[in-house]
Amino acid sequence: MVLPRVEAETTPIPAPALPSPFWHRFQKNKIALAGGVVVGVMLLVAFLAPLLSPHPPNLIDVHNILAPPSADHPLGTDSLGRDVLSRMFWGARVSLLVGFVSVAIMLAIGVLLGALSGYYGGWVDNLIMRFVDIMLSVPTFFLILAVIAIVGPSLFLIMGIIGVTSWMGVARLVRGEFITLKESDYVTATRALGAGDLRIIFLHILPNALSPVYVSAILRVAGAILTESALSLLGLGVQPPTPSWGNILTEGKDNIEIAWWLSVYPGLAILVTVLGFNLLGEGLRDALDPRLKD
Amino acid sequence: MTAFLFQKAWQFVIAFFAITVITFGIMHLAPGEPTDIQTEMNPRVSAQAREHLRRLYGLDQPLYIQYERWLKRFLTLDLGTAFDGQPVTEKIVERIPITAVIELLSLGLILVVAVPIGVLSAIKQHSWFDKVTTLAVFIGFATPSFWLALLLMILFGVHLGWLPISGYQSLDARGLSFGGRLLDWGRHLILPVFISAFGGIAGFSRYIRSKMLEVVRQDYIRTARAKGLKETTVIFKHALRNALIPIITLLGLSIPGLVEGGVIFETIFSIPGMGQLFYQSVVARDYPVVMGMTVIASILTLFGNFVADLAYALVDPKVRLGKEAR
Repeated sequence: MVLPRVEAETTPIPAPALPSPFWHRFQKNKIALAGGVVVGVMLLVAFLAPLLSPHPPNLIDVHNILAPPSADHPLGTDSLGRDVLSRMFWGARVSLLVGFVSVAIMLAIGVLLGALSGYYGGWVDNLIMRFVDIMLSVPTFFLILAVIAIVGPSLFLIMGIIGVTSWMGVARLVRGEFITLKESDYVTATRALGAGDLRIIFLHILPNALSPVYVSAILRVAGAILTESALSLLGLGVQPPTPSWGNILTEGKDNIEIAWWLSVYPGLAILVTVLGFNLLGEGLRDALDPRLKD
Repeated sequence: MTAFLFQKAWQFVIAFFAITVITFGIMHLAPGEPTDIQTEMNPRVSAQAREHLRRLYGLDQPLYIQYERWLKRFLTLDLGTAFDGQPVTEKIVERIPITAVIELLSLGLILVVAVPIGVLSAIKQHSWFDKVTTLAVFIGFATPSFWLALLLMILFGVHLGWLPISGYQSLDARGLSFGGRLLDWGRHLILPVFISAFGGIAGFSRYIRSKMLEVVRQDYIRTARAKGLKETTVIFKHALRNALIPIITLLGLSIPGLVEGGVIFETIFSIPGMGQLFYQSVVARDYPVVMGMTVIASILTLFGNFVADLAYALVDPKVRLGKEAR
């Protein structure tokens, strides 16, 4: 059945002359802006890694093993004489890639299950929510370690397993929004016009149910970056020679008595990136819903 | 209350089955067989011996029978045998004390540090103290604890030489007097305990602050003030008590997280606890140990949830009597 195009007949809303209240609040929140800048800079570094790096990240230099920071190697070298600064630029790619892709997987699962659960209610809801409870009781980090050890570490597996073990919060959020929205007048009106369930779920309710999800997605990016670096530190993350912040830290741990620069700088990069995403997320939360501010 | 208990207990049982099935499935659907480690590297192992090993571990049976066997043994607290021949239960039990000591100390440290910080920054909201702790907590949330561990090892262990950087006792610990050994343990454990408590301190102080802010605005606090009670009495007897109730729940929920966190810091500090055992077993693909520990950690989580729900129900009649408020 062809749906009547209700929206087309309404008069177009003129573009607002003032900046929208959302942007206004967001810009007023200096801290969130700082978070956005940090995230932006990190993304830029990741994209421009080949241009920014003073040396190729995997160039082994046996004459400069574990050299402290100098003019040629601003952040020193590792146990194979590779330039730490260059490896950190390239490592930003791994961290951000893992952060974004695993959160995309998390969102896909969480939004879908949350939407079905909230929209249909009844036994569907019961089944999905019990599954959520069960997943919440699984010791996530143990499970991630076990799966990686069995299958063998790879970038895709790490992103997948982080996504698969972290969607429960999003599912609950989306479910809550759906339960409220499915009773609203506009949904009843859409249904009266003959829209099917799928159309209502994905085109009419979902766009309105996502605002709390954005915040938690941004905060989860930070969490995924932390998990990946912890895995790399344990030797179960991204495998050398691919540089990642976590596996530079492993070198730092192994050479802790001699090479402090291998521990200090990668951790600082993780800290700043995670802080950036956290500030951005919290700022976004305040901007989306000023009531939540304490 | 009985109905509530029954409902929760039932959910506990179902979740237990689901978790063991999930874990069991992951462990056994993986490519390769657990016995590969013992046989693959050794060219002298014949096909017959391999078959014998498979039968020994029951790997020749269908998966559901293997699961049933595992479950039956599990219910009698038998977690099977690790690949080095030691019973899994024994392996885990001998690792418990050191982990338990560190976790209890760090839980104590969390409470001792986080409660005063949370209360102070709530009653002095917007003061410089509140602003400084808010900033510190925010940075604390973003600080990877394994990185902080490395930094503290470099500072106190390598540069200042004040503290040892690995293990939980010195090599010559047996020759020391009791007091000397205690001091030796203290010097070894101070960094691991602090690192293990670190994230909790940030989280708990934030939580207590927001709870206190909520409670202080309640009518009964205004009443307490109006009848002329001292401010300290109002804060500590009336407000803090009520703010602490949900924290019992939070403590219940955070215990399994502490065990999981042990994987990282016990590995960094080379402390022979449960976290290190899990890491070593994962790397060695010692499935019976990995399976046993995952299930134990799941049960701890379930139990934590259960206790948290129960504590909540005891405190809040709305949860206890009403139907689920979802």
